[in-house]
Amino acid sequence: MLQIKDLVVSVEGKTILQGVNLEVSPGEVHAVMGPNGSGKSTLANIIAGKEGYEVVSGSIHYQGKNLLDMDVEDRAREGIFMGFQYPVEIPGVSMNNFMRTAIDEIRKYRGEKPLSAKEFLALMNKKKKLVGLKESLAGRAVNEGFSGGEKKKNEIFQMALLEPVLAILDETDSGLDIDALKIVANGVNALKTKNTSTIVITHYQRLLDYIVPDRVHVLSDGQIIKSGNKELALELEEKGYGWLE
Amino acid sequence: MSNSHHSPHTLSAALAERFTDNRKVINDKDPVFVEKLRARAIELFRQQGLPGSHLERWRNTDITQSLDASYYHELKRNTEKINIDEIFQCKVDNFETFLVSQLNGWFAHQDHLLRELDNGVIVGSLREAFRQYPGLIKKHYGTYAPPEDHGLTALNTAFAQDGVFIYVPDSLEVKIPIQMVSLVRTSNPVLLFPRNLVVMEKNSSLTMVHCDDSIEKETSFSGSVSEFFLDEGARLDYYKLQNKDDHSAVVNSSYFHQEAGSALSTHTISLNGGILRNETRVTLNGENARADVLGLYLMDRSQHVDNYVFMDHASPNCYSNEQFKGILDDRAKAVFNGHILVRKDAQSTEAFQSNKNIQLTDEARVVTQPFLEIYADDVKCSHGATVGQLDPLAMFYLRSRGICHRNARMLMMYAFAAEMVNQISIHALKEQIDHMVVKRLKGELSICDQCVLHCKDERQVSFEIDMNKV
Repeated sequence: MLQIKDLVVSVEGKTILQGVNLEVSPGEVHAVMGPNGSGKSTLANIIAGKEGYEVVSGSIHYQGKNLLDMDVEDRAREGIFMGFQYPVEIPGVSMNNFMRTAIDEIRKYRGEKPLSAKEFLALMNKKKKLVGLKESLAGRAVNEGFSGGEKKKNEIFQMALLEPVLAILDETDSGLDIDALKIVANGVNALKTKNTSTIVITHYQRLLDYIVPDRVHVLSDGQIIKSGNKELALELEEKGYGWLE
Repeated sequence: MSNSHHSPHTLSAALAERFTDNRKVINDKDPVFVEKLRARAIELFRQQGLPGSHLERWRNTDITQSLDASYYHELKRNTEKINIDEIFQCKVDNFETFLVSQLNGWFAHQDHLLRELDNGVIVGSLREAFRQYPGLIKKHYGTYAPPEDHGLTALNTAFAQDGVFIYVPDSLEVKIPIQMVSLVRTSNPVLLFPRNLVVMEKNSSLTMVHCDDSIEKETSFSGSVSEFFLDEGARLDYYKLQNKDDHSAVVNSSYFHQEAGSALSTHTISLNGGILRNETRVTLNGENARADVLGLYLMDRSQHVDNYVFMDHASPNCYSNEQFKGILDDRAKAVFNGHILVRKDAQSTEAFQSNKNIQLTDEARVVTQPFLEIYADDVKCSHGATVGQLDPLAMFYLRSRGICHRNARMLMMYAFAAEMVNQISIHALKEQIDHMVVKRLKGELSICDQCVLHCKDERQVSFEIDMNKV
């Protein structure tokens, strides 16, 4: 589904990713771990299509297509979803308008009929329950005045609505208490199918108690220095990152 | 005046001369006090000339170029029989209004120039009111908009022959909003000086919707002056909608005089226009008076909008709130000047002011200047101005959910504008303006050949974004 080959990325002349290789197949959950500043968020942002990064060399292919040639919105329409580490507050834009517009555009792109107001409402209600979102959130402006936990739940809520093929969760666990963490993890697990994949980017092993990865990768100084199965995460928790360097 | 460039001084002299040459036609059979006021006004105009960059409050808006054309000035009412309902209709869904129209500066309903309704409301032609209610007019006319204020007000006072007059008696709540439409329809460049007077007695209430419209795409200059008197406890909601052709220049000077306990709210929505200058002067002349002066402008191409607000806290315990927001695209320019004066005895004043702008291009310009002049010591005042771009992080966030660049931009601009639209208290009007704002932001709002509110026929346009509150 996703093939990253020898990816070198720089920001303002500074090289952040120094030749990353990663392959994710349908149905898999991958965890990317690593210390602060190792390039985890850069990896997530470059897949989602954020501006300000320069791809020096290497490639990313998604479902056989050259991802780096695609606009941000087209990546989303093709099924890529990034859960933001810091979800953006957008005053004045209601969650309803936001998601209605997103779903309309994605469905149009895929040649599907637009949802009626009634169908949309039903979908919102169904997904709200899935992530344990309070009724009041959806009518409010996007992330405005949301608590840290609400913002992260809101990311999972959007993910549930958009039903991505490949979800990248960028430190979705940071700043969450254990109950919120469980809600987020349950949401991710509930959305998992044999055709969809998830990349969980995290600093801590904690989240991986609830979202069990098929593969764990350690990113350090812009390179994946070690890959393994879920036991690697436990080892990292015990020993820290130091022993790998 | 010819088409070559003239200095402001030459233009002013030519305008003053035009008055002298036509003094008899202009005065016609108006009462002596009107005639005297005109004489005083033209004298003041001769001294002051046209307002220009030499005055601080006119520094960023040059109207002399707009006045430098061979203008046709309709000094006599066109006696040709016009059925105003035929050339102009205005329909807003679920919104019934009492319509008063002006055509080229003249009150247009020739069959009923001035009416006294059963409830005591008087509404109609100002010129007719000069004749029928001279005592009432004399008490108010030229009082709140003194010709001394600036050259254009002086010029309007000299030239103004007609406009709308509204009188609301004591304690009457006027249920149906009065809609005032200023139409320009001409095959020549036209010069207009409409004049309106609204007198509200104690504890009365009124909603007004004032539309500035062009029918033909012809150059026009309109220097209108409106005076509003709100006696104790009176309440006025005033909506001004501007959807003018790019060849038009409009200077609207509105003077509001408020007595104790009165409440004013104004909403100025500027959607199109070549040069728009809106002056709002409010005098809070009695305790516990309240004024909310709000505005939204969405300008593009080479359009120019200038909002000037002068808030005079002349009494203690009054509240004022100025809030203006705008989006500027292409080479458009917006000017905001907010002057708050808190006089020495105006203790316990609360005065707030805010002007926020989104500048979409590097060529668009915003000049915003708050000016607070405070002589009392117990006051709560704040002001703030911002000029910014659309937040690139928010844009990325929206696009990362599959929303295209154009619609992401639209959503954010709409959200920015909606804060002002949501403060419109009449539901049907709010819906309509909301709809117009969406169309304007999508670049689909034309200068309707009907009222600015008349978008009924164009309802069919399908939106990519469903702005309906789901």
